[in-house]
Amino acid sequence: MTVTNKPVPKGKQTAPKKLGLKTARRANITGWLFMMPFTLVFLTFLVAPLAYAAYLSMFQKQLIGGTTFVLFDNYAKAFTDPEFLEGVGFVIRFSLVLIPVQMLVSLALALLLDHLTTRFAKAARLMIFLPYAIPAVIGAIMWGFLYSRNFGPMGELFGLLGATAPDFLSKQLIFFGLMNIVTWQWAGYYMIIIYAALQGIDTTLYEAARIDGASTMQIVTKIKIPLVTPAMVLILVFALIGTLQFFNEPQILRPLAAGAIDASFTPNIYAYQQAFLLANFNYGATISFALGAVVFVCVYIFIFATRRKGGFLL
Amino acid sequence: MKKNFMAVVSAVAVVGLLGACASGDTGTTDSTGGSTNTGGGDVDTSACTNTILKEGLPLVTVWAWYPNMDIVVDNFNEAADDLQVCWTNVGAGNDQYVKFQTAISAGTGAPDVVMVEADRIPNYQIQGALLDISAYVGAETLATFSDGVWKDVSVGDGIYGAPIDGGPMGMIYRKDVFEQYDITPPTTWAEYEAAAEKVQAAGGPLFGSFAANVPAAFMALQIQAGAEPFTYDPNVPGEIGISLNDQPSKDVLEYWARLASKGLVGTQNQFTAEYIAGVVNGEYATYISAAWAPGYLTGQGVGSGESEGQFATAPIPQWDPANPVAINWGGSALSVTAQSDQVELAAKAALGLYADQESLDHGWQNQVIFPLSQKVLSDPAFIDYEVPFFDGQQANKDVYVPAANAYAGFTYSPFAQFYYESLTEAVAAINAGEASVSDAADALQAKVVAYAQEQGFTLK
Repeated sequence: MTVTNKPVPKGKQTAPKKLGLKTARRANITGWLFMMPFTLVFLTFLVAPLAYAAYLSMFQKQLIGGTTFVLFDNYAKAFTDPEFLEGVGFVIRFSLVLIPVQMLVSLALALLLDHLTTRFAKAARLMIFLPYAIPAVIGAIMWGFLYSRNFGPMGELFGLLGATAPDFLSKQLIFFGLMNIVTWQWAGYYMIIIYAALQGIDTTLYEAARIDGASTMQIVTKIKIPLVTPAMVLILVFALIGTLQFFNEPQILRPLAAGAIDASFTPNIYAYQQAFLLANFNYGATISFALGAVVFVCVYIFIFATRRKGGFLL
Repeated sequence: MKKNFMAVVSAVAVVGLLGACASGDTGTTDSTGGSTNTGGGDVDTSACTNTILKEGLPLVTVWAWYPNMDIVVDNFNEAADDLQVCWTNVGAGNDQYVKFQTAISAGTGAPDVVMVEADRIPNYQIQGALLDISAYVGAETLATFSDGVWKDVSVGDGIYGAPIDGGPMGMIYRKDVFEQYDITPPTTWAEYEAAAEKVQAAGGPLFGSFAANVPAAFMALQIQAGAEPFTYDPNVPGEIGISLNDQPSKDVLEYWARLASKGLVGTQNQFTAEYIAGVVNGEYATYISAAWAPGYLTGQGVGSGESEGQFATAPIPQWDPANPVAINWGGSALSVTAQSDQVELAAKAALGLYADQESLDHGWQNQVIFPLSQKVLSDPAFIDYEVPFFDGQQANKDVYVPAANAYAGFTYSPFAQFYYESLTEAVAAINAGEASVSDAADALQAKVVAYAQEQGFTLK
């Protein structure tokens, strides 16, 4: 505790000797009391629900026959359930394409805005960040309309060129339709993180590089990018976890995308479907934990692969 | 020491405050939760959407989404002298089912009376979530509805809902399109296809819709051709017959898939702004739908402005005109939930709401519901009504009353949610060209059978 660890003024150096076991214990209790508010919230809203979900996932409920204890049978079923595996496959493929695109876009924007020092740069920074301030649900609804061939501008734009607009809500193109929405939503946020890291770089480094005859391009590739790598690793982990738990956008666009987004499109949609529509809370809980395991494995692989780069995490 | 003491005091104060917040919170949840949950004597009337007209009477909580429910509830409460209805609209269709299902799983939180569509009743009945109200149905009420109607809200001998409205199906069509391309309303599905081809050849709009997201309507079309998706005897609840890939089922899928692949009908999801825009713009020559459709479409702004007076309706086309089959899509009932602790009052409310002449008249005159009560179906004012949406056509006499009277009732499955979702996926796969009709139907059958077995059913 910071209160008790405060450096003791010189004249009172003898005080620690007097701190008996009783006082130390009292200090300890004080610490715990300070921890209480957080601990209570943590236990009530995180640990308890997780424990309850884990408990639920070990039962099987049937319409005929009621509830039985099955231990890990549900997990065995989940990892052989083609619908769940398809969903996992989709979010992994989606991450593999989406995250590099997102990173490139946000890195390029951050470097550009770092390089410019005009008023325009400030305005641009705000504009690029803005989509992040729009709630995901509103963003998805908005894009649903933008993609619409009847209402949206796409029909007219392509009409001008004499072509028919692609249907980003069709089975063939939904992948790119969703990728666009997510990139639009998050690139600005990631840009701000990278931009902040860029601003934190000591400018004397640039000066020294210039004196050594480095070009702007070399400064970017040899100084700026290596120094923001830890920030980018952090972003990558965030993006990976977020994408593997993909839910909002596809759930909102489901009614608009005629059959392109089914009930097992992503693992989270599948878990929702199982728990709240099919009343199978047990299997829904299992899917959630199984997804948690997948996320853990993916993130661990990623952190292991990038451990030398040194992120904020390791 | 003093510092330490202060620290302890403040820490205790913080915890105390948090505790106060927490208990305050639970206090409020209890009071509001209690009001919607138990429906017992001691109910907080502020949770009701309607104003309680008579104080001091026991309250019966009701969830329903009829658009004119406010008027219906007031009519009921005015006439009632031993109870008052406390009504909430917690969302239409699936939105409400999600909440109801959660309440069932939680064992608490359901109202006394809940609105459910007839095809969902077995789904909840098998979970023991609805109560049999046959003991409260008097002879007079029994005579108010036809046998087919009672069959739809019954599981075996038990009556699990008070029937309110139905959805006899017909073919709504655009008069302007039909006139322009010189076609008369088709009476058989063969004629329907021929007319669609004629319109397409002349450069006309789409003729109809093979949307994936209206599985209940599509199931009705399959039943019309002689399919029997489910055979289910609730007296033997562990046994079910599932037949989703028999010849009639495949024939109907084949028919619509052919029309879709030839570009004669659209595959856009229904009930979306996109689809409605198409209906308003005359992009669909027909809309195979139920008697409640005009009310829904009017609510969406169809039938006013440019599309005003452009719609008419005709009996649904038949496979075998010598043996016409009437079919139904939608329609709902008010059921008493197993969580009600005042069953008699709840049953009284379920059977009494939307049963008075005034409410029924308001319902059909505004095309909000298609009532199933014989009080209305035999009322000349209803039969001869010149429906404004259909440009004064006597739609009830021409199409819907005969369809409602000829409807024999369907057997619904006790896992409607899963079946509808799977049928939606099958149609979507066909429309995306991912599976042939036959493969899609076989996969659907295998999937639903596997689900049924997993849920503990044995197959007949």
